[in-house]
Amino acid sequence: MTLKLPIYMDNHATTPVDPRVVEAMLPYFTQVFGNAASRSHSFGWSAEKAVETARDQVGALIGASGKEIVWTSGATESDNLAIKGAAEFHKDRGNHIITAQTEHKAVLDTCKRLEKEGFEVTYLPVGKDGRVSPETVRAAMTDKTTVVSIMLANNEIGTVNPVNEIGAIVKERGAIFHIDAVQGVGKIAFDVNAARADLVSLSAHKMYGPKGVGALYVRRKPRVRITAQIDGGGHERGMRSGTLNVPAIVGFGKAAELARTEMATEAAHLRALRERLREGIQSQVKHTFVNGSLEHRLPGNLNISFAYVEGEAMLMGLKDIAVSSGSACTSASLEPSYVLRAIGVEEEMAHTSIRFGLGRFNTEEEVDFVIKLVVDKVNKLRELSPLYEMALAGIDLKSIVWAAH
Amino acid sequence: MAYSEKVIEHYENPRNVGSFDKDDPSVGTGLVGAPACGDVMKLQLKINEQGVIEDAKFKTFGCGSAIASSSLATEWVKGMSIDQAMLIKNTQIVDELNLPPVKIHCSVLAEDAIKSAIADYKAKRQKQQGQ
Repeated sequence: MTLKLPIYMDNHATTPVDPRVVEAMLPYFTQVFGNAASRSHSFGWSAEKAVETARDQVGALIGASGKEIVWTSGATESDNLAIKGAAEFHKDRGNHIITAQTEHKAVLDTCKRLEKEGFEVTYLPVGKDGRVSPETVRAAMTDKTTVVSIMLANNEIGTVNPVNEIGAIVKERGAIFHIDAVQGVGKIAFDVNAARADLVSLSAHKMYGPKGVGALYVRRKPRVRITAQIDGGGHERGMRSGTLNVPAIVGFGKAAELARTEMATEAAHLRALRERLREGIQSQVKHTFVNGSLEHRLPGNLNISFAYVEGEAMLMGLKDIAVSSGSACTSASLEPSYVLRAIGVEEEMAHTSIRFGLGRFNTEEEVDFVIKLVVDKVNKLRELSPLYEMALAGIDLKSIVWAAH
Repeated sequence: MAYSEKVIEHYENPRNVGSFDKDDPSVGTGLVGAPACGDVMKLQLKINEQGVIEDAKFKTFGCGSAIASSSLATEWVKGMSIDQAMLIKNTQIVDELNLPPVKIHCSVLAEDAIKSAIADYKAKRQKQQGQ
């Protein structure tokens, strides 16, 4: 069998839509095209029925009722609605928010906005393993803490936080617990009751659904109140106005159902591929380091630093595969990954990191091709690397006074 | 980001990769940049008694544009006198490789590497003559 190039291994960025999801969506563009808010005819009723089915499907994936699902345009909106909505609603009780340094920008930048508006935010450090320790959450909580926002799994290094333990601590103190579960849900077991979550952000396109649709789980028992951020027709029980994107919601529902029924087998498949990739690379290339805990990690994630080889140069050599790098050069900011810095990876090593995100449609053959290519390119670039030459000569790179530029 | 054809060409077929003995009195070595910034260039020039650059070698830790800038620099300086090489400007490298604004620092580093290698050579010569 011949491989189709390029190979997609960037499934933390987005996933392809599963053909079964596309099939489920299609009738809702041309046949069942009604506005789910239209109450006066069958077009509206059919659309509403489809939306309610999808609510149940998404709810079932996280151990929630469909009634607790609020549709949004995606995870960024869900994070904004959850954190701003809860902080604003409870501002008479307190003005303190807790989150972690390794959160997604949708959470961090939302918190920064709230800081400008007078809220106080604690950005918790994480361990070298990339995880938030429940005890640091406990220590940071004050009488003024109203919202704690911690992600389920990290988008760069794939590490999984002990959200159940953190949830118990947050609820002891009566604060609202928000989980950005975008990367974890559908990949690993997650239950809103086990985590004692009040608000949970979800995204369809990270689980083989369409882009442009997300959800926010909002607990009903006991009822969690948030202030709406988008005003209008009062859709979604007043929490998020705007006509529902029915085809996308139907697709999200189908994707959630597939994730729920196939998660166990898929996780085993992904973990096997990930380990094949990791062992294949590490058995042939020296001086590589896996960033973050390997044990508490999404099955499809491998974030690895290749010492003495710059990440963007690696990506250039890996042009037949789609992956991403924590190197500064790949972002507009010229700063290496803040997640890697937060887990104590030194800047020079952060520049050498590559993130592989395996997904549902990757195969062993693809992994073997990637291993061969990676080994080849690392060797080639190390031949070119003055740092590697110095390291081989026994020169301690830290002993050199480098001119920063 | 899309790379220019010339950057890709130099990246795939880098010219003059390697090292000279840095203790050789006819060799000037420039080591510029920093690992923490994601770019380190080592450029070495072999300079004859007439002050002409007979050979050049480089090794670079950095992105494709950094590799291409240093590869191009070694190509250009070969056969030049020291004085001519000192006149190479980073903007010439930018033009030749069609570097986008975010990659201009790579060309600056290559210019610095040439100057630093020549300075190292001159310092060595002075020390030798002083003995």
